[in-house]
Amino acid sequence: MLLGRVVGRVWATVKSPGLEGHPLLVVQPVTPELAATGKPLVCADSTGAGSGELVYYTRGREASYAFLPQEVPADNAIIAIVDEMHVKRGAPC
Amino acid sequence: MLIGRVIGEVVATQKHPTHEASPILLVQPIELDGSDRGVAVVALDSVGAGVGDKVLLTTDGWAAFTSVGQSMAPIDMAVLGIIDQIALVDSEAA
Repeated sequence: MLLGRVVGRVWATVKSPGLEGHPLLVVQPVTPELAATGKPLVCADSTGAGSGELVYYTRGREASYAFLPQEVPADNAIIAIVDEMHVKRGAPC
Repeated sequence: MLIGRVIGEVVATQKHPTHEASPILLVQPIELDGSDRGVAVVALDSVGAGVGDKVLLTTDGWAAFTSVGQSMAPIDMAVLGIIDQIALVDSEAA
């Protein structure tokens, strides 16, 4: 899974029926230090996340498993809304 | 699998039910020399790893959700082991 921030939303009137009822959110991947990294992508949302929220998302086939038993043709899915992170880089191995 | 270092923990109240039973770790993938390799990721923990541990990280969905005792779950990364030691063949001797 990867960290990201919700920066927008996509509306599509015409879409695969399996996507009905699941918000499509634009997510900017971020580092644990909250710096943007890489390019934004579109995720189906399983959490009710809103604009500006920090989330983490699953990629690939496993993304669609968030919506089981419904079969949703999504390859990125928001799985959790992050409340807080405790980051400690440089700890000895 | 990748080698990584645990650099933190994530707290999330609102999350998929399959993520409730396992600690959620921030893992920085690293090179063999210990330098960072790409961006840090979020992985579920199957072995009790803690911050600072060098770990074995899978980025395959089936391996990840199986390791934390789930099936068909939206999990694509998990910590599979805590690395004690890595022995490399001397590149000059090989």
